Order: sequence, then structure tokens, then C-alpha cells
Amino acid sequence: MNLIFRYIGIRVINLWLFLGRIFIFLSEVIFHIFTPPFRFKNLLRQIKFFGNKSMIVVIFTGAFSGMVLALQGFYALNKFGAEALLGPVVALSLIRELGPVLCALMVTGRAGSAITAEIGIMRITEQIDALTVMAVNPIKYVIVPNILAGIVTFPLLTAIFDVVGIYGGYLVSVHALGLSEGTYFAQMELYVDMEDIRIGLYKSLSFGLLVTWICTYMGYNAGYGARGVSRATTNAVVLSSVVILLWDYMLGAFLL
Amino acid sequence: MIEIKELYKSFGKQDVLKGVNLTINEGEVTAIIGRSGGGKSVLLKHIVGLLKPDRGSIFIKGQDITELKGSKLDEIRAEIGVVFQGGALFDSMTVYENVAFPLREKTKLDKNIINEKVLIALADVGLKGMEYKYPAELSGGMRKRVALARALIGKPKIILFDEPTTGLDPILVRSIHKLIRDTQKQYGFTGLIISHEIPEIFEISDRVAMLHEGKIVEVGTPEEIQKSENIIVKNFIMGIENGGKNEERKS
Repeated sequence: MNLIFRYIGIRVINLWLFLGRIFIFLSEVIFHIFTPPFRFKNLLRQIKFFGNKSMIVVIFTGAFSGMVLALQGFYALNKFGAEALLGPVVALSLIRELGPVLCALMVTGRAGSAITAEIGIMRITEQIDALTVMAVNPIKYVIVPNILAGIVTFPLLTAIFDVVGIYGGYLVSVHALGLSEGTYFAQMELYVDMEDIRIGLYKSLSFGLLVTWICTYMGYNAGYGARGVSRATTNAVVLSSVVILLWDYMLGAFLL
Repeated sequence: MIEIKELYKSFGKQDVLKGVNLTINEGEVTAIIGRSGGGKSVLLKHIVGLLKPDRGSIFIKGQDITELKGSKLDEIRAEIGVVFQGGALFDSMTVYENVAFPLREKTKLDKNIINEKVLIALADVGLKGMEYKYPAELSGGMRKRVALARALIGKPKIILFDEPTTGLDPILVRSIHKLIRDTQKQYGFTGLIISHEIPEIFEISDRVAMLHEGKIVEVGTPEEIQKSENIIVKNFIMGIENGGKNEERKS
């Protein structure tokens, strides 16, 4: 019995310590976002890294998500003769839900893991210490550009994901399932509101912050050696993915 | 120049530094020798403020740096160069960018002046023509030279070397040591070298301190240390573990 309490106690304390550290880390990041010197060059480089390099993967997953949605949506709608609503079904699912979430999951795998590994290697090879002793703040130099780049690129990538997905859905419904072109887009126009797009935007903005925050934190606090970096990368990807889904539900249920 | 007083540091239950007292004189090269895991690197990290001690103080130019934070600490750091164990070169930058980094980040010097200084620093460490290579393309010895050039570029008053020759062959060890000695004469910095290159380290240091189990057990000139009657120092120099007792136990 004693052992069980001890085990739970250790877990709870460690969780609190972790939460404390990760929020202190975020507060430092926020402080450094708003104090000069601003490093636009690093920011642009990271935007390119996140945005440009994730583009192909986002386009690919976007297209297939839209196509699958159209295919399955048609099957379901066909049962009660509401095929005409296929356009709004595809668009609303993509814009409100699947776009932000799938895009965030893909970018986590593509770029989030890479920044964790990169920062982790900088940590274990003492490059972070080297920055500190040269009086260059590593949070400002390494972490801030990544987090800002995440906030900038996630909504843009999500927008691309949505557009490509809707077009993918269009291809399937019009050219494979025989829906009329006009119905697909006209119904979409009728049912998709600005509110839906705004929700998608808020989601992707918050995912951008969450993913880069978790991934940079894990890399920055990587343990020793190759194993430390690999563990940090795994933890970063797993935790980011879980938090994305959790936060998505919370946002949907309580906030938006 | 640097005065370390009663420095204590522990990580969890492990006491690493147990009251270190050491004075490092201006313009001299002081070597700290001792077993691996004896707290040498930890001591060095305290001197640049990467770690905070549990107790004790470190005075650099009369200021206790363990009390300093933020920009005040950065002011002191600007006068200290560090050559890390693995070099700690930024692997996404070329050799040139690595050496230019402290000047580009911390000064408002003109591009041409920075260029001139970088080329001189690289020539001083014998790396002319290597400007556009990446750290991954260099050998271990070359990387240490780049690290030294990067430490020298800001003309710091103090340079700390964390095992500058670990992992190099005996010929390279000598050549790095000679480089440290030559640049020290040329630039006139105060040097602190952490090393276990016995006996080579005696040739380049003015004073040697032995760190053992978290304490400085002996300080003196290289000659004094080599003739020391202290059993710990004697055994360390001769390469005998615990006065040979461990070996006996094993057999």
C-alpha cells in the first residue's frame, strides 16, 4: 500500500515539476519575443524550414483527406438521399477539424521532430553553453525563431491543406461519383460561414504555438548522449500529438 | 585575477565540489589536473556562470560572479573565452562564420574589419584556407584549433580550456599545447586548462593544481608538483589507482 502511494506521489510531483518548468520556459520565450535585438534572419530561416519543407507532405495528405472524405461522405449521404450536401460536408470537416489537426500532426512529424533533434544535439555538444558564455542568449537565438515560425506557418499550411483537400473532394465527387459541379460549390458557399474559417484559424494558430513550444522545450532539456536526444525526440512527437488532439477537443467543446 | 573561495556544489545526493579554494594569477597558465569525474569540468562551468554553486564565491576582477545575473554577468563573460571539450562549434556554420560569430553578435564592427580579424585569428591557429569548410569536415585537432580561434577573436583577458587535447594523438597533443603556449605569449591572456595529459601539461603551465574528490589537494609550480610527497598527487602522476589498492583487490 505504502509503495503504491509512493509511486503515485512521485508521479504527481514529477508532473508538477514538468509543468512548472515548461511554463517557466514559455514565459522566458515570451519575454524574449518582445525584447530586442530581434533576429529576423533566424526567423525567416525557420519559416522556410517549417513552411517550405513541410509543403509537399501537407499537400499530399490534404489531397487524400479531401478525397476520402468525399468518398465516405457520399456513401453516408447517399443512404438518405442528401448527396447534394457533399460539398459542405467535405469543406466543413476540413476547415473546422481535419485541416488544422491533420496538418499539425504532419508538421509535428516532419519539422517538430527535426527541431527537437537539432536543439538536442546543440545541447549535448555544448553549443547551447557556448552561446551562453558568448553572452548570446540561447532562448532568444535558437528557441524564439522556432516558436514564431510555428505561429506564422501553421495557419498558412492549414490553409493550403484545406484548399487542396476541397479540390481533392471536388475531383472525387464530380469526376468519380457524378455529382454536379455547381451543386458541390454552391452548397459549400451556402453552408460554410466565416465563423467556421475563424475557428480553423484559431486552432491552427494555437497548434503552431503548442507544437513548437513542446518540441523546443524537449530539445532544450535533452538528456545526455545520443539516447538523450532520441528520447527527447520521441517524447516531443508523442506529447505534441496527444496535446494536439486533447486541445482540439477542449477548444471544440468549451471555447469555440 | 580569479579567486575561488570555499566552493560547494552537489547534484542530488552526489557531492561534486566540497570546498574548493584556488587563486589563478593574472597572465599565467594554470592547469587543473585530476581524475575524470572529479569535478574539473563542473568547476570550470562555475567560473563562467553556467552553474551556480550551493555555497561559496568566485571573484573575477573583484566581483563575485556567483551573485551576478543577466547583463552584469554578460559583461564579465565578454572578457572570458571558453574552449569546450568537443569544441562546441556551431555545426550549421562554416569555420569562418564560427570564428566571426562573437564579433558579429556582440560588436558593431564593420564587415571588412571582422573579415580581417577572422583571417588573422585563423592564421594564428594554423588554419589558413579552411574558412569555408564545415566543422563536420574537419579532423578533431582542427576543430580544437577553430574553437581556440573563436575564443581568441574577442581578445578576452581569460581563456578557459576544458580538456583541449582529449581524444587526440600524442603528436597533436603537443602541437595543441604549443599553440596554447604561443598564443598565450602573443595575446597575453590568463589561462586555465583542465587536463589529464601527464606529463605534457607540465611543459605549458606556470602553475598546477590537483583536484581530488572535490577539493584542491595541492597547488604549485610543475616542478613542485612533480616532486610532491603528497600520496594522492604522486599516485595520480604515476597512474596508480588508490595507491595500488584497487589493483590488489581485483587480483
